[in-house]
Amino acid sequence: MILKYLSRKQWALVCVMAAFVTMQVWLDLEIPGYMSEITVLLGSGGATEEIVGVGVEMVLCSLGSVVCSLCAGGVAAYVAAGFAETVRRIQFSKVQSFSPEEMGRFSTYSLITRSTNDITQVQLAVARTSQLVVKVPVMTYIALGKIATGSWEWTELTAVGIVAIIIVQSFMLFYVIPRYRRVQRYTDGMNRVVRESMTGVRVIRAFNAEAYQNAKADTANDELTDNNLFASRLLAFTRPFNGVVQNMLTVAIYWSGAVIIMGAASSESALFTFSNMIVFSSYAMYVVSSFILLAHIAMGLPRAIVSAQRIEEVIDTDLGIGDGEGAEPVRGDVHISFRGVSFTYAGGSGPVLSDVDLDIMRGETLAVIGQTGSGKTTLVNLIPRLFDATSGTVEVDGSDVRDYRLSDLRSRLGYATQKPVIFSGTVGYNIAYGSGDVPESEVLRAAGIAQLDGYLSENDGLDTEIQQKGANLSGGQKQRISIARAVCRRPEIYIFDDSFSALDFRTDIEVRRALRRETSGATTVIVSQRIGTVRDADRIVVLSEGRVAGIGTHDELMEGCGVYREMAESQIPREAGT
Amino acid sequence: MMGGSKKSKPQDLGEAWVNILRYIRRYRYVFVVAVVLSAIGSMLSLIGPYYLSDMTDAIEDGIHGGMDIDLIAGLTVSLLCVYAASGIIQFVDNYLMATVSQRSAQMLRRDVSRKMDRIPLSYYDRSSKGDVMSRVTNDIDTLGTSMNQCIGSVVTALTTLFGSFILMVFMDIRLTLICFAIAVVGFVVIKTVAKHTQRYFRDQQRNLGAMNGLVEEQYSGHLIVSSFGGAEEAMGRFDAINRELRTTSFRSQFLGSVSTHLNGLISNVGYVIICVAGAMLYMEGAITFGVIVAFMIYVKLFTGSFTQLSSAVVSMQSVAAAAERVFVFLDYDEMPPQGTSVEPERVVGRVEFRDVRFGYEPGREVIHGFTATIEPGQRVAIVGPTGAGKTTLVNLLMRFYEVDSGDILIDGVSIRDMDRSRLRGMFGMVLQDTWMFEGTLRENIAFNRTGVTDADLDRVCREVGLHHYVSALPDGYDTPMSDEDSLSVGQKQQITIARALIGEPPMVILDEATSSVDTLTEMEVQRTMDRMMEGRTSFVIAHRLSTILDADMIIVMDHGDIVETGTHSELMAEGGFYRDLFDSQFEVPDP
Repeated sequence: MILKYLSRKQWALVCVMAAFVTMQVWLDLEIPGYMSEITVLLGSGGATEEIVGVGVEMVLCSLGSVVCSLCAGGVAAYVAAGFAETVRRIQFSKVQSFSPEEMGRFSTYSLITRSTNDITQVQLAVARTSQLVVKVPVMTYIALGKIATGSWEWTELTAVGIVAIIIVQSFMLFYVIPRYRRVQRYTDGMNRVVRESMTGVRVIRAFNAEAYQNAKADTANDELTDNNLFASRLLAFTRPFNGVVQNMLTVAIYWSGAVIIMGAASSESALFTFSNMIVFSSYAMYVVSSFILLAHIAMGLPRAIVSAQRIEEVIDTDLGIGDGEGAEPVRGDVHISFRGVSFTYAGGSGPVLSDVDLDIMRGETLAVIGQTGSGKTTLVNLIPRLFDATSGTVEVDGSDVRDYRLSDLRSRLGYATQKPVIFSGTVGYNIAYGSGDVPESEVLRAAGIAQLDGYLSENDGLDTEIQQKGANLSGGQKQRISIARAVCRRPEIYIFDDSFSALDFRTDIEVRRALRRETSGATTVIVSQRIGTVRDADRIVVLSEGRVAGIGTHDELMEGCGVYREMAESQIPREAGT
Repeated sequence: MMGGSKKSKPQDLGEAWVNILRYIRRYRYVFVVAVVLSAIGSMLSLIGPYYLSDMTDAIEDGIHGGMDIDLIAGLTVSLLCVYAASGIIQFVDNYLMATVSQRSAQMLRRDVSRKMDRIPLSYYDRSSKGDVMSRVTNDIDTLGTSMNQCIGSVVTALTTLFGSFILMVFMDIRLTLICFAIAVVGFVVIKTVAKHTQRYFRDQQRNLGAMNGLVEEQYSGHLIVSSFGGAEEAMGRFDAINRELRTTSFRSQFLGSVSTHLNGLISNVGYVIICVAGAMLYMEGAITFGVIVAFMIYVKLFTGSFTQLSSAVVSMQSVAAAAERVFVFLDYDEMPPQGTSVEPERVVGRVEFRDVRFGYEPGREVIHGFTATIEPGQRVAIVGPTGAGKTTLVNLLMRFYEVDSGDILIDGVSIRDMDRSRLRGMFGMVLQDTWMFEGTLRENIAFNRTGVTDADLDRVCREVGLHHYVSALPDGYDTPMSDEDSLSVGQKQQITIARALIGEPPMVILDEATSSVDTLTEMEVQRTMDRMMEGRTSFVIAHRLSTILDADMIIVMDHGDIVETGTHSELMAEGGFYRDLFDSQFEVPDP
């Protein structure tokens, strides 16, 4: 269970909370006793001072109960907040150490929910439901003890009331709660149609499909409404029902009290029965309401348990990729080499890479080209160990990448991913990301190479604020920032995974020219689909279905590699071609 | 679920509620009945303690002999009747209210989705999707769930407040005043506490927002975070927010429970005060014992309805704010009315631009008097660097936007005089973003077209090169598609083209951009596009040389403006912007 992350101190506090709850319930249940005392005093003509005395005790009791419940609530909230902090941290740092494979297994969206909403659910359960879990049995136990001295008939009546409540509450649990759970699903369905209609507004209008979309929206809307109507109509019944049971129980106890009193032997015993009757009816209310609270637990707990399990799944995930012992790089001519590398995604049907043998020389610019699914991205992802080869080895500077410490290995790389990642913050922050404390001149140099000068001068320079996910940037600007980020690290190895695709041709050329000028000496791996982007590389690797279909310069491949020639001919204009 | 709870105040509480009530006038009878019932229901639950008090007195009288069992039996029966009746009435009332508010929410959702069709496209281009989404979902949900609760509780609270006050006055004026004092003091205390604690709830919301933001960003940027060793830096920020969140969530959780506990305290203190004061009055013989019993209940109801009223006002405000946002959307200016539905007999696809002027914003014209004639079957290539406004002409042709002056004619008929849906039906459109929706492949291709047979589907799929893919699918055309990564960009594009082709449109609008597709898929998609353009008047946002070279007219755009028009050879000879663009595109960087 997730509760194992509660520290010993927190467990102690939970006990304190339980003590406070018990105290509070006990004090609460003392109050009707005082009432009974007052009744007796009234009936036997006691002095006013006596009544005030009992009254003061009663007020103190009530104050004490509030103080206890505040303390219990405070302690529970404190434990819950601390617990949530701990679990949130454990989970976050676990996810941060995930490899892309593990990220993919859960999906980013699900991991976000697990780190936010699920934690909140668990926190709420610890803060609220935990109090109820203590309160209900204690209350039932003490209240039952109190009324054990009452008339047997009253107990019977109370039992009838409880049974009625249990029937209705369980009816609610089985029919209403599942509906409430489903509300979310139907709401999602509704939202999906609306989002669809908005993102596709041009297409929908172009195809005159407004009525078609509306029909879908209406279906979702009707489903949602039907579900909500059913749930809220059932609730319309259960709520008043609880009240009716409580009220009728009181009346029944009074009536049977009247009958008992009528048959009482003496006026003393009649008075005793009378005050007992009033007290009993109060306690009976407590017992009945504790059964109503029980339904609240039944409502709150399962949800929290599901959330807790989802969190644990993340925390208990075994990491596939971890640090190596630490290896010493040996500087040689070959910088990166793939030796008989094959790769299969977990759960994937076939290998994405098979038997790749490839040496990348120091300072060389190597381009990788191939169709979708040919394994280009997978190949470059093996270098920073985002994935580990299924068989064969990937070596950097003569050592298996698995022998390096991850941070050592990755700090030597500058990687611009296929989908540019932009963080909220300034442009400067984004470029200097991962470069430690670099002087501004370095950041500006990187921005310049990525042809961001114009953008910077049109905006607030490096201090230009970027919205979340780079909402205020175009695709090309995002790619250039991501290129600048790689450049800023001054790495030994550059990896550009299709990082030029959103740039128009002119910018593409300018960025590559600047890169060539500024990064000479570094080893560069470029993945692209544009012949124009790869043709000036020192060597080009053509991947086809996970195998190397050809290695060489543009001219060599035009001669000897059919796959390459086919691709090239589709792209290079007849007049401008070679 | 926490987060996202907007407690914004409406501009005008009264006006918003008048709008709500006007909107739900269809349910006015049900609504009035429900309001009356809830008043009656709460009156009945007030009468209960009154009878109970009589019953207690009768029993107490009987302690010393001479129990009037018939009176007690009568009271018992009346009480049972009163409680049963009040229960039934409450049930009917809740039932009606739930129905009214759920039906209203349904009506609102429906109206909003209809409205979405009638507002001009510029609204979507300008406003954020999240904003519209939240109007359609969160705001309407707030209306649906809170409307009945707050109307119900206002009515109940007011009835209880006045009813119990009157009944209490009838029974004993002194105890009534005490009750009143307790309720007022309690109300003031709770209000004060609430006012001072609000800050902490805002802090909590802010921190939760910051936490969600960080987590979302880190997780979605995970590839870069791990490649660039950013986890440590993120951990620092995470810890800072996490610590803050711990403090604020503790505070808000704790303080949130304070007002509930205070309610309990007030009602308990009230209970004791009534007991003691009642006892003293009883000793003096001023009141009967039954009055104390009745007051013990009334003090609870009375103080309770005070707090109920104040929380109802808060939720009335949030309902009004939500309603305001929804009604603003429903009142948004709609598109100008349809044309008179003149249409060419048979569409051959001759398109004429006559001195077309247009600007997205008033005073910032981007197209300055464009005139051109495109003969049936001709191809127009629109070229220009990214962000040059290449979709503007498409927007005008499809009447997503209206021209400011000048006219566009199709086969001699102004598109302004045409029904929008007729006009759009003439074009097959394939945009760069391959919009797919959750549904089967059949639904995604046939879309809103009815009577599409499998043979039709086979035909287009063969035409666009999807038939291999389809035959590999487990359920063929009935395989569910979702807008996820299960389909490649190329396949999505092919499906989009199939969708456009199945209607056999006389004219096509194409965006050739296939930036994230690899070469071979690109070739396949482009072969399909070529086939699509054959024999049809086509407007192509061109990226490929062959398209440009084969075009009958090239429209060169830059910074939103049309800078040059002509054929490839004309434009190359001119040596202007096009020449420059063309050269840079196929230039090889210096080795």
